[in-house]
Amino acid sequence: MSQPILTIQDVTMRFGGVTAIDKLSFSVQKGEIYGLIGPNGAGKTTIFNNITGNYIPTEGKILFDGKEITGTKPNKVVDIGIARTFQNIRLFKSMSVLENVLIGYHNRMHYSYFEAIFRLPRYWSHEKRIKAQAMELLEEFGIADLADNEATALSYGNQRKVEIARAVATDPKLLLLDEPAAGMNPSETEDLSNIIHKIKKDFGLTILLIEHDMKFVNNMCDLVTVLDYGENIFVGKPADAIVDEKVITAYLGEFKHA
Amino acid sequence: MQKFITNTLLLILAIYLIYWANSNLDNYTLSILNNIGIFAILALSYNLINGVAGQFSLEPNGFVAIGAYMAALFLIPSETKVDMFALVDPAPVVLQMHASFLPALLIAGVTASVIALLLSFPVFRVRGDYLAIVTLGFGFIIRIFAMNKPAYTNGAMGLNDIPGNANFLWIGIIAVITFVVMLHIIYSRFGRAMKAVRDDEDAAIAMGVNTFWIKTSAFMTSAFFEGVGGGLLASFLTTISPDQFTFLLTFQLLIIIVLGGLGSMSGTLLATILVMGGMEWLRFLDDDMNIFGYHTGAHPGMRMVVFAILLIIMMLFARKGLFGDKEIGDTVRKRLGRRKQNAGGDA
Repeated sequence: MSQPILTIQDVTMRFGGVTAIDKLSFSVQKGEIYGLIGPNGAGKTTIFNNITGNYIPTEGKILFDGKEITGTKPNKVVDIGIARTFQNIRLFKSMSVLENVLIGYHNRMHYSYFEAIFRLPRYWSHEKRIKAQAMELLEEFGIADLADNEATALSYGNQRKVEIARAVATDPKLLLLDEPAAGMNPSETEDLSNIIHKIKKDFGLTILLIEHDMKFVNNMCDLVTVLDYGENIFVGKPADAIVDEKVITAYLGEFKHA
Repeated sequence: MQKFITNTLLLILAIYLIYWANSNLDNYTLSILNNIGIFAILALSYNLINGVAGQFSLEPNGFVAIGAYMAALFLIPSETKVDMFALVDPAPVVLQMHASFLPALLIAGVTASVIALLLSFPVFRVRGDYLAIVTLGFGFIIRIFAMNKPAYTNGAMGLNDIPGNANFLWIGIIAVITFVVMLHIIYSRFGRAMKAVRDDEDAAIAMGVNTFWIKTSAFMTSAFFEGVGGGLLASFLTTISPDQFTFLLTFQLLIIIVLGGLGSMSGTLLATILVMGGMEWLRFLDDDMNIFGYHTGAHPGMRMVVFAILLIIMMLFARKGLFGDKEIGDTVRKRLGRRKQNAGGDA
């Protein structure tokens, strides 16, 4: 097997006396859609925050493309090629859809502060090129006609699309999606999974996602890891996960024999 | 292209109006205009850090003081300095400082900007209310420094006889430059990043934005123009003392930018005219008024009461300031666009 794009190696995360993640290990191969599931409070979002540098793990290592990235600053992690979305959509509320996506392109426009103030040629050429790219990206998500609308005025499903588009705009290799289908109706969910498959192919992405909707996970993911109280209790195909005894116990509690 | 032509024409018109006003208006009107111009420079730049980047900082009085003192020290001739410094002899470095008007302004701005850079390292470790307290402290430090280092600042007596090179032509043109520079920043990747920091700093970080440098750029730019504005203020008033730079100055600027709309430069411009002009135009309220034969008697300070009530009313009806966080051009363009769309739909 080739080298995995992301490796979590014995990562432990403690908050004071609480152990949110306990010696967790798994690895994601390039081009996979990898699911991270588990009951509420199992530590799924915590591991996301560990990967993106928002939290520094108490112990253990995180490798990306073979290089250790443990403790890299969150904005540097984006430059390396990891982008994320948030569990509760966090769009920039005073900005239009296009501007939200343009923030994703921030580090891909290479004109300086002074070039902006004096409106030198590089400002114009980069702005023009990136705006065209951003429109293409919105086209890909099917929301190009909403580009000038205020982002937070959109429907929930479209807001989610803007958030993912914004993350894709940073040109990531690995995309972390935190409950992308939460709060969506079945048709919106289906629309979303189509789009995720499409962008994965078009941009050559690897995707790590957290999700509760098992149907969605079943449709999307090649492999899943099931977390419970910060521990890895199952790794394998999503179809096998839902019949695994340990997983069922984690979700539904122990079945007591009378 | 059409936008470019409109903007250029507007710019030429603005400069022509400034030129015309400078040579044709009487001194009283010009002094009001000068005041408006200087406060426009200060408020516009303050709005960049406070409104656009959303960092609730209360430091402008500090930077204005730095700019005013730097410009004053560079403009006043050495002989005058020797005569003026009554408490202690001026420090040798003070006597060596010399520059003509524009370089002095530039030095004032750059000094403020460099201090902003140094200040940003401790200051941007905190967010929100804490940032306000820390920056408020900075304003106090600068004032206390000015009071207690008479060898550099002549202490509480302040500096007098500053050459009055600042006329409305200079002030007006620098205000226009400030306005244009602010807009150029806002409509660039840096301005967008500043707004992103204001809306949701963590999300901005997750987009790869180095929010520390974005905040620092806003802070330094803001400080630069506050320093230049301070220099103009010193040259316009020809006399400065530490008492002019209390936090009341900051609050006056804060009133202007909140009234104009946090993040809206055109709103700030309008609010400066309303606030600074209003203070003058409401002066008749202080005097004895004859209302249908009833004499009110003179009430010094009456205009401040009325002004405060007017402000409250304005804020009640325009919660987000006069223009919200949009520029007037955006709003007009949107309206026109909608009308065009509607017309198209009808046809």
